[in-house]
Amino acid sequence: MFVLSAPLTISFDYTRSLGPVLGRFMTALRERRVLGSRTADGRVHVPPLEYDPATHAPVIDLVEVRPTGTVTSWTWTDRPLDGQPLDRPFAWALIRLDGADTALLHAVDAGSRELMRTGMRVSIRWAADRTGHIRDIACFQPGEVTDGPDRRDDEPVTVMTTPIRLSYTHTTSADESRYLYALADGRLLGQRCPVCRKVYVPPRVCPADGVPTEEEVAIRDHGTVTTFCVVNVPFAGQRLDPPYVVAQILLDGADIPIPHLILGLPADQVRMGMRVAAVWRDPESWTTTPENIVHFRPTGEPDAPYESYREHL
Amino acid sequence: MSVAVIGFAQAPCLPSAGTTSGVETLVPVFRRALAEAGLDRHEVDFWCSGSSDYLAGRAFSFVNAVDAIGAYPPICESHVEMDAAWAFYEAYVKILAGEAETALVYGFGKASAGLLRRVLALQLDPYTVAPLWPDSVSVAALQARCALDAGVVTERAMAEVAVRSRADASANPYSQLSGVLDLDDLLARPYLAEPLRAHDCAPVSDGAAALVLACGERARRHPRRAWISGVAHRIDPQGLGERDLTAAPSATAAAEAAGLPGDLDVAELHAPFTHQELLLRAALGLGERVRINPSGGALCGNPMFSAGLARIGTAAEQVMSGRARTAAGHATSGPALQQNLVCVLEAS
Ligand SMILES: [Zn+2]
Repeated sequence: MFVLSAPLTISFDYTRSLGPVLGRFMTALRERRVLGSRTADGRVHVPPLEYDPATHAPVIDLVEVRPTGTVTSWTWTDRPLDGQPLDRPFAWALIRLDGADTALLHAVDAGSRELMRTGMRVSIRWAADRTGHIRDIACFQPGEVTDGPDRRDDEPVTVMTTPIRLSYTHTTSADESRYLYALADGRLLGQRCPVCRKVYVPPRVCPADGVPTEEEVAIRDHGTVTTFCVVNVPFAGQRLDPPYVVAQILLDGADIPIPHLILGLPADQVRMGMRVAAVWRDPESWTTTPENIVHFRPTGEPDAPYESYREHL
Repeated sequence: MSVAVIGFAQAPCLPSAGTTSGVETLVPVFRRALAEAGLDRHEVDFWCSGSSDYLAGRAFSFVNAVDAIGAYPPICESHVEMDAAWAFYEAYVKILAGEAETALVYGFGKASAGLLRRVLALQLDPYTVAPLWPDSVSVAALQARCALDAGVVTERAMAEVAVRSRADASANPYSQLSGVLDLDDLLARPYLAEPLRAHDCAPVSDGAAALVLACGERARRHPRRAWISGVAHRIDPQGLGERDLTAAPSATAAAEAAGLPGDLDVAELHAPFTHQELLLRAALGLGERVRINPSGGALCGNPMFSAGLARIGTAAEQVMSGRARTAAGHATSGPALQQNLVCVLEAS
């Protein structure tokens, strides 16, 4: 049996409030200007610091530095990664802008690594569309060609949004794989802990004993609602129109409930102890996924007594 | 009151191992660490872990791993989103404070699940650096060039670190890379991120480690123990351009606070890049007499979030086995040696 794995891509937008220092820094970038922060020792920091590392006082003194600077360290990238500033070979560099005492990390569009050296002069290439974000600096370029400031009267920048996108290969355990292969045959599989004899669906290391569960147990696709919630709130990516019910269902023969949808009756009629059965998709479409069960529906049997599931809430 | 390491175990460092959750990897590691400590899991007062949701690609990934503890009925447990060496520090303080007599510290991570060097961009400043996605190897390369330009390291000295590490790792069954490398051959190879070549960079490793601590009285009942004479950790500014990247002042400060002795026998340094070992040796003031990384170090297996704890564990093993009277375990976290932790271990 092969352990199952599948691609998993996660993406979300980080939306961050900027505060007085970074807000002014980003607002200035939108105007093709770079601000540094001056600390009590007279040093100018770019990117700016919000607090003086020596005195711990808030930094309020922001000064403009030049869009030209000197490379203090660099490395070459032949194959840029997703999200980096350039999609052709480029240099990462630490760049001390003229008028600053510290260096900024950014990309240099040098064309060839042979042109890169410590001490070289570079200047900012501004992005055409600027929103008040560090990416308003598209990259740096060799030489001292600069665009002057672009004065604008927009509202100050107070928030920045950065999209994050990460790709993984998610790999199941051998026991999880067995469970998923069984689902592809329309079966539900549990495993029994050798110590406490409890049956876990899906199989997992026993959370009470810290040992792998081993003995396979066939589980019926009928069960009892132990607890539930009515989802009334719409959210991004939602597949059903609210209101709908997500419940914990204790399958007959199992000692741990699984979460699933309860459909086929009005949300306000779902209750603890209600007997439910799985509604399977057309067997033609079964694969190694819990989505083979579309939802659970009421069976019409009398409710299970509280004592029968009180240990599993 | 004194605290000692009484057990340690690790999983083999592998380029790709098992599940993303870490639970199945941890079960045998816990079993071996507790067996070595002669402790039943019910005798562990405090459990503390280090791992990362960004590595696992899901929220609260450490909660899943708690299954491996056997957490019901409820146990006393904590987690740091850092290398487990920092969980070790938390457990050490917990015992010093008298709130626990024993602790099990563990770290785990499947670095191979995502693109590690890209995922690590998210540990950088979220306003001005992370949105550019600089990868961790490039960031280390910027530090290496600073050190080369300043004349504090050479590419040959960096390659020598790789040669020695791979040779030493041959005796370590948990290492991912080992063997005989030729120095001149290495220096003729292409750059990965100039001035770093493949041998200058730790491999991407999946793995786990667990370490058992006990307070004085409890530890004295165990035949094998390594007493902790000092632990400290310090941090340098986060801005890469704010720091002198050729030095690691936080490592120097941590060593001083931990009371790192001059007559050290062994140091296990957490240096995922060859130049970082050279910078750390200088920062910690380690002389020629000190045996560095007899395990082969992180360059031969760098399981994220347990590699630092494993340095402390392997240093403790040197003391517990009698091969060393005094040893130091070091861990780093963040980009370009930003954060450093030093633990000093002694036989008596
Ligand atoms: Zn059990």
